[in-house]
Amino acid sequence: MPILSIVTFLPLVAALVLLAVPRRQESAIRWFALVASVATFLVSLAIVPAVPADRAGFVLVEDVSWITVGVLEIRYHLGVDGLSLWLVLLTTLITPVAIAASFSSIETRVKEFFVCMLLLETGMVGTFLALDLFLFYVFWEVMLVPMYFLIGIWGGARRIYAALKFFLYTITGSLLMLVAILVLVYLQAQATGGAYAFDLLPIYGLEIPRETQLWLFAAFALAFAIKVPMFPFHTWLPDAHVEAPTAGSVILAGVLLKMGTYGFLRFAMPLFPEAVEAFWWPVMVLSVVGIVYGAWVATVQPDWKKLVAYSSVSHLGFVMMGLFSLTPMGVQGAILQMVNHGLSTGALFLLVGMIYERRHTREIAAFGGLTKAVPVFAVFFMIATLSSIGLPGLNGFVGEFLTLVGTFSSDWPGSRWVAAVATTGMIWSAVYMLWLFQRVMFGPLDKPENKGLADLGRREVALLVPVVLFIVWIGVYPNTFLGRMAPAVDAFIARVEQGRIASGPGMEASR
Amino acid sequence: MIPTLQSIQTAGWDVVPILGPMLIVTLTALIALGLDLVPSAGKKAHVAYLSLFGTLCAMLLAFVFYDAVGESQQYVFADAVVMDGFALFFHVVILAATALTILLSLSYLEVEGIHYGEYYALLLFSAVGGMIMAASADLITIFLGLETLSIPLYVLAGFNRANLKSNESALKYFLLGSFSSAFFLYGIALIYGQTGTTGLRALANGIQGGAGVPVLLLAGMALLLVGFGFKVATVPFHMWAPDVYEGAPTSVTAYMATAVKAAGFAAFLRVFFYALPALEPSWQTILWWLAVATMTVGNVIALVQTDMKRMLAYSSIAHAGYVLVGFVAGGPRGVGAALFYLLVYAFMNVGAFGIVALLTRAGSAGDAIASYAGLGSRRPLVALATAIFMLALGGIPPTAGFVGKFALFAAAVDAGQVSLAVIGVLNSALSLYYYLYVLVVMYFRDPERAFDEPAPAGMQVAVGVSAVLTLWMGILPGWFLDLARRSLAALF
Repeated sequence: MPILSIVTFLPLVAALVLLAVPRRQESAIRWFALVASVATFLVSLAIVPAVPADRAGFVLVEDVSWITVGVLEIRYHLGVDGLSLWLVLLTTLITPVAIAASFSSIETRVKEFFVCMLLLETGMVGTFLALDLFLFYVFWEVMLVPMYFLIGIWGGARRIYAALKFFLYTITGSLLMLVAILVLVYLQAQATGGAYAFDLLPIYGLEIPRETQLWLFAAFALAFAIKVPMFPFHTWLPDAHVEAPTAGSVILAGVLLKMGTYGFLRFAMPLFPEAVEAFWWPVMVLSVVGIVYGAWVATVQPDWKKLVAYSSVSHLGFVMMGLFSLTPMGVQGAILQMVNHGLSTGALFLLVGMIYERRHTREIAAFGGLTKAVPVFAVFFMIATLSSIGLPGLNGFVGEFLTLVGTFSSDWPGSRWVAAVATTGMIWSAVYMLWLFQRVMFGPLDKPENKGLADLGRREVALLVPVVLFIVWIGVYPNTFLGRMAPAVDAFIARVEQGRIASGPGMEASR
Repeated sequence: MIPTLQSIQTAGWDVVPILGPMLIVTLTALIALGLDLVPSAGKKAHVAYLSLFGTLCAMLLAFVFYDAVGESQQYVFADAVVMDGFALFFHVVILAATALTILLSLSYLEVEGIHYGEYYALLLFSAVGGMIMAASADLITIFLGLETLSIPLYVLAGFNRANLKSNESALKYFLLGSFSSAFFLYGIALIYGQTGTTGLRALANGIQGGAGVPVLLLAGMALLLVGFGFKVATVPFHMWAPDVYEGAPTSVTAYMATAVKAAGFAAFLRVFFYALPALEPSWQTILWWLAVATMTVGNVIALVQTDMKRMLAYSSIAHAGYVLVGFVAGGPRGVGAALFYLLVYAFMNVGAFGIVALLTRAGSAGDAIASYAGLGSRRPLVALATAIFMLALGGIPPTAGFVGKFALFAAAVDAGQVSLAVIGVLNSALSLYYYLYVLVVMYFRDPERAFDEPAPAGMQVAVGVSAVLTLWMGILPGWFLDLARRSLAALF
């Protein structure tokens, strides 16, 4: 049973079916899209038991020859392991939630919207599952065009600018990554004396001279750093997030950004360990800058959505820091934080979207005292806020705690300073989130437009509940999720450590 | 039932594989001319259908012979014509482009009011010229093919006699084309003067590389480069292309942008890789610069275009640059990638120009990109096809354009030309700006006109086939890549 192919292509099939449905049947289109994405989620649940909690390695592997011409050997190779498992599930969970959130906000070109959403899901899931460099690249690029349309057609006032910026910025990075992939495969072919095989797994063992590693890592890292986004390649993010429709922002923040960090995890770091060592300080510095700068800029934003967008930059700084700490706690925390960020920031964007639908403004100053008007909304917003801040008991704390402790206990010289500065990030995030909450929800309900606001409807509550459920579950009992990651994380760290030349004190990762 | 080479030869028809398709097309052209004389109350459709039928027969035959010829190479007609997979591959590409053009021309010519039967005859004669170029084994034969390819096109470019731009385009094409043919001929003369032969095989055996290459030979080679450079519109010989493409009737432009480039590159590749490989150190550097200049100039100027046809013209120039990357990479991988790209490019480009033709209204002043506003909401299928072609031209997976560029850049990296690959890749990113602009206009703007032009069956078929093939060759390119690879067997 090719489960991975089904999970990847079921949304595509649904999108093709949708193309045939007449555009007037808007309700049918919406429900069909929702059912298709929920079905994909249910199928993806079958992946979880297949990933063992006691050993690393890929499961549910599908490996078929795709393009074999002359010396070229490209395979259709999918596989899942502890590193990608939860990201796939995050994708298949967030997509139906985002689709459900668009039921009332998307009124024009409904059919095209849901076709784009489903195509996007195929691209995202495929990226996380691809184990062939060519296939990975194809899925990576495929995901750009639907996102471009989502922002450009159904977005806000400056949508065309934001969409174009997003597209061109991302694709420049990825095209440079393409050249790096070609060089990598060329080196592999030289070493094995055989075909130009794009399969990832054999390339893991390739010995690459240090100089070349630095360039290749730089090319890969550029593409991924733009996606994460790392400072200073983050400038496309605020525009894209703000101008995108709610569902677009949720998917962008929830899943697309993780593709950047996943790229580091799966490709850039294990393939070029010596470059990891060389680039350690720059990456750590940029991560910490991202954490602090992102938080500070978020604090002064007058636009609610932009605030949340900058908070993404801040949160993903923790992820990058955790990845480069190369300790089991740090990396596990980073992966968990990828999922957490998807859930909590996704929830925040959903909530902003719900208010925007009612008030058609995102200016924080236009609100105040909403707790009295929309109490149910207030509850969900509080949960999302606390999750984002990292309050113990909710998911954010587990992720941030693990990454910070992991970094602190890492043997890399300077980790402690990095961790110390990063810890202040938790304070800054509390500042901007709590201040946001206070300005919007507390205080006097003095604006007349706010008084008559309708509270969350059943559909809206229904789509927030699964997100909140996981927010709480990961916060209270994270081992369900950490357990399946552990062996793969250990293998990842071992691979990176193995490839490095011992050049400093205490290079063994702490346990 | 597929004739093997053996069986044809024992029948004494050893030239049928290479000559058959050409003869069929010539015959069709002559019959079309004759048929046009029959008065038929203005209905030129039969001439068109006849031409189409002939072209398709020839294409099918060329394809069958491609399989039959396999990896062998035979010189016929006193070493003037070569019969190998390389030639037949290009015959298939040229005839496919011609067939699609004929499908587009039917209704387009009606709209423009220039539906004369001679159009089809001229188109077919030009196609034969292209086929001769692809199958030539002698510089003179190439010249013969070049002229046969170009002269009907001079007429076709100016076919819209009442339109000033069309006349301008014909005159420009004629003048500059004649000049470049003169350069080409002079180059042949110099090479003949130095080596005493114009046959490609004799040149290949006779020319030694290394130090002390005679100046006359280098000069001849440079002049040949100029001639070819003009034909395929590389920088700095590209100045004619935007004006000619814009002024000529759109269906003719579709043909020019695809079949003519394919024929030009076929001869280009054969001369430089087969006859002059010894001079590779000399021409590889020149071509490197040519490739970089062509890609960059083409893309940069395309950025500021507001007319669709002009934009596509500059994009054609840029794509010629990408093919040159395959040239510079050299070897079976580079040339194979160039061949595959020309195949893919033919379909993408005919499709793109087909869309322009489809949306032409009688008496319209031009094809400003802005006039496509709102196409996405009014005619979703047309817009979808346009989107596919734009994304393919930009090189986005899963279209054939991506696989083509991938093959080219992979070959470049393989040959050690990493900087060229990086430049190519950055140019691709740059080009997406103006391809996406078309998408922006189509989908993100409100419609300004009714877009109620009927979509005639012929155009639908042409655009539809192109779109389907663009996607097919992008998702399952193996067979097509293999097609290109196999045709190189005789060359390398």
